[in-house]
Amino acid sequence: MTEQPNLEYINQLSGDDMDFKQQFITILKEEFPLEKEVYYDHVENARLKQTADIVHKIKHKFNILGLHNSYEVAVRYEKELLEGRTNSETEFKSILKKVETYLDII
Amino acid sequence: MNCIIIDDEVAARAIVRKLCSNLPNIDVIEEFDNAIEAIKFLNHQDIDIVFLDIHMPGFSGVDFVQTLKSPPKIVLTTSDTQFGIAAYEYECIVDYLVKPITLERFEKCIQKVKNTLVQQPKNSPERTEETSVGEDLYINIDRRLIKLKFHEILVIEAKGDYIDIKTEKEGFRVHNTLKKIKEKLPDKLFLQIHRSYIINFTKIIDIEDNSVLIEKNVVPISRSNRPELMRRLNLL
Repeated sequence: MTEQPNLEYINQLSGDDMDFKQQFITILKEEFPLEKEVYYDHVENARLKQTADIVHKIKHKFNILGLHNSYEVAVRYEKELLEGRTNSETEFKSILKKVETYLDII
Repeated sequence: MNCIIIDDEVAARAIVRKLCSNLPNIDVIEEFDNAIEAIKFLNHQDIDIVFLDIHMPGFSGVDFVQTLKSPPKIVLTTSDTQFGIAAYEYECIVDYLVKPITLERFEKCIQKVKNTLVQQPKNSPERTEETSVGEDLYINIDRRLIKLKFHEILVIEAKGDYIDIKTEKEGFRVHNTLKKIKEKLPDKLFLQIHRSYIINFTKIIDIEDNSVLIEKNVVPISRSNRPELMRRLNLL
């Protein structure tokens, strides 16, 4: 079964602090699209090292949203990029799409 | 405990800030999205803990650690695990937190930091010696032993068979030599800048070509001692 994004970690972190929870979700909603944009820009321009850097940054958000398998994909993809390969690019992009959709509905 | 957070990711900084707010006695003084700004900040501010993202483009966390002369306690925060071994090569690095950080793991980390700070009190060599307790010198004046705190001493001047010790409050003339008192003074605070003068390095107000101003005392710098003085300055 494919894993789905969730707020488990954010709920644990927030506890009863609903203000923080909302602020944090807002941060994700604002920061993730910017990172995604940077990612696509680097991919389109074949800047592998910079792509690896932004993948590194994005993968943290996968973990925040409970996407642990996706995190492993990102780890693998980051390594590939540093070695000059892009085998996991399609898989990574589909995860980005999934996260984007989820952030739109929460 | 005061801390700062260095991470290029807003969400990551928000998490550490929130975790700090859940624990007593941890104040987040400032947060930075790059290490260079943090270094500038640390030049003017004493901090107990730095939460440092190791993987930042441009100037990395490792660069940050290597740049600081007297780093505070550092806790690494990162999405990777492979930096862990390298991290502990630096004495200032106390712990290593893998993101996303849980409250339970964060609490353990803070306890670890506290233990380290207890083991290494503020008068340890890594901290400033200026305010340390028990660092003082007794001088014999008319059969009385008078205690002088190192951090209160400004200038010591040789005067024939005597030395004049100027402190922030008063002056003392002691029958002794500059060479002997120099042996009793901590190197990190004091520096001989002339054959007749030792100064408290931390009291310098400004330096001209051949003299140093320490409160109202203008003290000459000899040519031979000047290179050591310049080496000790934190020049911008």
